[in-house]
Amino acid sequence: MKKILNSDGIKDLLSSCVAVFIGLIFGLIVILIANSDYAVEGFLTLISGGFSNGARGIGQVINQAVPIILTGLSVGFAFKTGLFNIGTPGQFVVGAFVAIYVGVEWTFLPGALHWIVAIILAGIAGSLWGAVPGLMKAYLNVNEVISSIIMNYIGMYTVNYIIPLTVFDSMKNQTLNVNQNAIISKFGLDLLVPNINGGIVVAILAVVVIHIILNKTTFGFELKACGFSPDASKYAGINAKQKIVFSMMIAGALAGIGGGLLYLAGSGQCLQVVDTLAPEGFNGIAVALLGLSNPFGVLIAGLFIAHITIGGSLMQIYGFIPQIVDIIVAITIYFSAFSLLIKQFLNKHKLFNADNIKKEEQSHG
Amino acid sequence: MDDILFLLSQTMIFAIPLLIVALGGLFSERSGVINIALEGIMVIGAFCGIFFIHFMQDSMNPQLCLIIAILIAGVAGMIFTLFHAIASIHLKADQTISGTALNIFAPAFCIFVARLIQQTQQVEFTDVFRIKEIPILSSIPIIGDILFKNTYITTFLGILILIISWFILYKTKFGLRLRSCGELPQAADSAGINVYKMRYAGTLISGFLAGIGGLVFVLPTSTNFNADVAGYGFLALAVLIFGQWKPWRIAGAAFFFGFMKTIASAYSGIDFFLSLGIPNYFYKITPYIATLLVLAFVSKNSAAPKAEGEPYDKGKR
Repeated sequence: MKKILNSDGIKDLLSSCVAVFIGLIFGLIVILIANSDYAVEGFLTLISGGFSNGARGIGQVINQAVPIILTGLSVGFAFKTGLFNIGTPGQFVVGAFVAIYVGVEWTFLPGALHWIVAIILAGIAGSLWGAVPGLMKAYLNVNEVISSIIMNYIGMYTVNYIIPLTVFDSMKNQTLNVNQNAIISKFGLDLLVPNINGGIVVAILAVVVIHIILNKTTFGFELKACGFSPDASKYAGINAKQKIVFSMMIAGALAGIGGGLLYLAGSGQCLQVVDTLAPEGFNGIAVALLGLSNPFGVLIAGLFIAHITIGGSLMQIYGFIPQIVDIIVAITIYFSAFSLLIKQFLNKHKLFNADNIKKEEQSHG
Repeated sequence: MDDILFLLSQTMIFAIPLLIVALGGLFSERSGVINIALEGIMVIGAFCGIFFIHFMQDSMNPQLCLIIAILIAGVAGMIFTLFHAIASIHLKADQTISGTALNIFAPAFCIFVARLIQQTQQVEFTDVFRIKEIPILSSIPIIGDILFKNTYITTFLGILILIISWFILYKTKFGLRLRSCGELPQAADSAGINVYKMRYAGTLISGFLAGIGGLVFVLPTSTNFNADVAGYGFLALAVLIFGQWKPWRIAGAAFFFGFMKTIASAYSGIDFFLSLGIPNYFYKITPYIATLLVLAFVSKNSAAPKAEGEPYDKGKR
């Protein structure tokens, strides 16, 4: 037990919690500056987030978390393999468009097959979008950060160009509603939480799959090895270039699926034709950083950010602006950049004395 | 002909802020610090500058007001960048993470403060800074029309910053030292250069310029500031790399991007482009595709500073 408490995973979790705690303190300060009369009510509403709306609120949090869990997983997976995938907004919007297109047009697909095919194609579209920076990094030595940023804009403009030519609702300047069959199955979850959509099941599945790939397969090990040291992995006989392309493709697929899940959720939300990059994509960076790129960490971080985002919008009844949540998230991320420092601090002040652990190990041995 | 002159003079509006911000990025990356927070710094700079204009523009000479606002924007950008500098230089944090944090923080902070001071989040201002015509110079054919009619002092400021940046980086001791810290900081250190100090200098200069760039971007394109600079900070990063980390090439890249942006936005009003029948989409994505192609051709022997993004560790060999 004590061994677990001093393990790396727990230290990661603790350093994240410290960062979140600092972020929340700053949030409280900001709230106090804004309006000290309602500060207590406002802050409590913020941190109770979705829970203040009962079961419906929980459904809201989960639905809001689904796309950012996927984009977070995308960024986190790329981080684990030594790449910074800032291209999630582009991959996300391309995946979203393909999912919507299939959802509207391919009505020949029977039953649940319709949404499954739509989501798979969204993933493929995202992975193609991710492949471009991957290929350029692997074979042309182009920094993936800049090519991903560029692919974001190309993706956004391309989608905005194609929508009016295909599945367009010109009255609302957005895409048409998808076919009923293209809406993700609820898997019976709506019996527990009334307004939930099935996306969370796909999201959790993705988390588990990525966890297995990264930690239980040779392929995942090779991907991580290339991230740690491309030279060493090349020496060990790993095709590092190919692995970079695969990493970016998987990361892109995750973000693309995220786009599909948002717009096939059955919430009536449609893709707007506006020249702004998908915020869900950039939020993925925050989620991945907060979750320390660990798949399960990303799951928790996504739920947490969705939770306080809902809290932030509920806080408006006391006259507080929802952007306070962004301030909290930004400060949390800023301090999570120092996770190394926090971990060093935790190492110095071990939760339990090292001697005790030794004694325990001996008694077990 | 009139159309072309119109397009070129409009190009200045888009190109100058890109130029200033990309030059800012240049100082930071040349010293070895990746500054992905340019977008956020632009937002903060624009916000502080516009706020000053909002309150002061009725009571002072417009050009004086603008100059003070530019200084305020620069200083605000610099102070904001200090957080990135401390994190990435002294605390050896991941530079992309602290940069991302700054990018998320900036718009939220601006909306928060704007709502605290006034009720709405948009900060209004009137554009009284346009100079209709500069006597004598405006009568020069072509150049007069492009540069000296319907212009802003910021256009000349941008060109001035370009020349000064080139001079500082390539003609002064400070510039040589700064560049060496981005290439091989260990060697710079052994030659007696304080790497930390140089990196602080590079990062803070980038904050100063990015802050100014934010204001310069918002001023001619809008009449209010809504905590947003439309992705220009990221675009400036692309310009920086398109320009291969060299001041004059960056200027070329900025004008190319600016020109394409101008066509994309002015396209429907010009008969020539309408008669070509090429969709607006084409003009919108051309700068990006061009950047990708240039990157593909030149990155094999990347001109990027060798040590950028790596925290400097004295003990490391």
